[in-house]
Amino acid sequence: MSKCAVVTLRFELQHCIETKNLVRVFKGPDKGIVKALDDVSVTIEEGEIFGLLGPNGAGKTTFIKILSTLLLPTRGEAYVKGFSVVKEPNKVRKIINLVSGGETPGYGILTVRENLWFFSQLYGLPSSKAKEKIKLLMRELNFEEYANARMNKLSSGYKQRLNLARGLINDPDILFLDEPTLGLDVLTAKNLRDYMMNWAKQERKGTILLTTHYMAEADEMCDRVAIIDHGRILACDSPQTLKENLAKNPSAKIEISSTSINSDFLKSIHGIIGFTQTRNIQTGTTTLKVVARDESAFSKIVSKMTEENLKVLTVSKTEPTLEDVYISLVGKGFEEAEAADS
Amino acid sequence: MIEDLVFNLKVAYARLWVRVKGGNREPHWILTEVTVPILTLSAYVYLYKMLNAPAEFAGFVVIGGTMIAFWSNVLWNMSAQFYWEKETGNLQMYLVAPISRMAILLGMAVGSIVNTALRAVAILAVGILIFQVPIFLRDPAVAVLIFVLTIVALYTLGMLFASLFLLYGREAWHTVSLLQEPVHFLSGFYFPVRYLPFLIQLVASAIPITFGLDGIRRVIISGETAIDVLPHVAALIIFILILMPLSKLALNFMENLGKKEGRLTLRWQ
Repeated sequence: MSKCAVVTLRFELQHCIETKNLVRVFKGPDKGIVKALDDVSVTIEEGEIFGLLGPNGAGKTTFIKILSTLLLPTRGEAYVKGFSVVKEPNKVRKIINLVSGGETPGYGILTVRENLWFFSQLYGLPSSKAKEKIKLLMRELNFEEYANARMNKLSSGYKQRLNLARGLINDPDILFLDEPTLGLDVLTAKNLRDYMMNWAKQERKGTILLTTHYMAEADEMCDRVAIIDHGRILACDSPQTLKENLAKNPSAKIEISSTSINSDFLKSIHGIIGFTQTRNIQTGTTTLKVVARDESAFSKIVSKMTEENLKVLTVSKTEPTLEDVYISLVGKGFEEAEAADS
Repeated sequence: MIEDLVFNLKVAYARLWVRVKGGNREPHWILTEVTVPILTLSAYVYLYKMLNAPAEFAGFVVIGGTMIAFWSNVLWNMSAQFYWEKETGNLQMYLVAPISRMAILLGMAVGSIVNTALRAVAILAVGILIFQVPIFLRDPAVAVLIFVLTIVALYTLGMLFASLFLLYGREAWHTVSLLQEPVHFLSGFYFPVRYLPFLIQLVASAIPITFGLDGIRRVIISGETAIDVLPHVAALIIFILILMPLSKLALNFMENLGKKEGRLTLRWQ
């Protein structure tokens, strides 16, 4: 094989992010152990927005912390642009940045501009270049008028803009976004999502690894999504394919005029793959989201409700969503999964 | 190698800049930080006056009160700093960046020295003026040397503590309190340490500021020369030579341990 062919082969094999059989174990309560990541093997390509979707405690943040060199894996390997996160952490750090939702690194007494300048120095940006970059980011993220405001005076939406600007200050090849829209209002979250999507798809491609437990966010932003639960990847594909694969399993929303139903009986109905329930105290209703093997399961539910003297208000068939994909894989929704673990 | 050094020195400067800028943004802080120590040392000066102690005791107290500013700063703004950086999310950003953690500590230390020096000079000047402290300074260069060595030794101790406190958890500030008052007593901030029993003096000699304080007092108040304070200079240099590499080792050890145990970015533990 010629030298040129070897080079080409190696180039093809190198993914932007690659993990092989990654395991991370923590000490749990009562001297037990908790497996936060269990044999996770994932590859992410350059320019891709890859989402990790799962309930709280599924292992999403642990995965990001290992890739961003904050945490060592217990077993397995992880590479960022071919650099081992264990053996070459400083090479990894030069090409990444991390933005976590719900927190704003920086110094409250300093202004937005001063904070950004400080963080730019952690990546060796010459001061003049840093100032230009800061101006550009503030303009693009639409918070230029707060340049001289102290960080501790900003609202949570503007703090998160600052946080995102900080994450982009070094023009990273790979941006890790850990629940980036956590606690933000709908409009701010939408603006930030749009900005991040544009950033990834610009001429110089940026790669994004996003963790979220907002299904719609993963659906809107991601080229591919991995669904993670108890540290294991249950499914990994484009949101569209994941939903299409589910198409053979119909899903429906059933609205009932009571908030005190015990949905445990659903487990005994044959053909139900999984379900989630939402109680609305204001309207006095409960909405069941059910994924089933076939539609006959829905009529069984309605019959059972009638037997229990519960009034079924509506039954509507729904298009598959990522939530349905999760329900079909785990048997319950995020909230139920989190409640069961706590 | 040189490129790395220059880059990390710029990082240290940036962290220094944050500390100086943030620490002096609200000038009324400076007023408080100067007034409160003067009130405290006034109590000791008047106590010595009431007991008809020699006039030089007022000098001991003023110099002790000045140096307390540095010790408090080492405890609150160096030792506990990484812990607070962890709680605010800044530590995570330092660990994700391609920088030397020592550059951050160095920046914090030098920034703290600049800030505290401003306050310390004010305390010293006001103290000398109000209490008419007798000064017999024969060798200013030696006074400066001992002061610089004391500060370097103190802040390298602070860098070591910063690493240790990093993984200690939410009770770190109790430890700071625990280290504050006993050191005020042991190091003789308000009286010469030679009046303490021998065994306690032995314990006190494990603290760099004990040597620094005694040396500065001897040179400024008692008019002693370089030969007289040679043991002090030697002791301070030994402290620096031990503490500097120890703080680097501790930082690396704690970072690795934190990455293994997952505690580096765990909040409110």
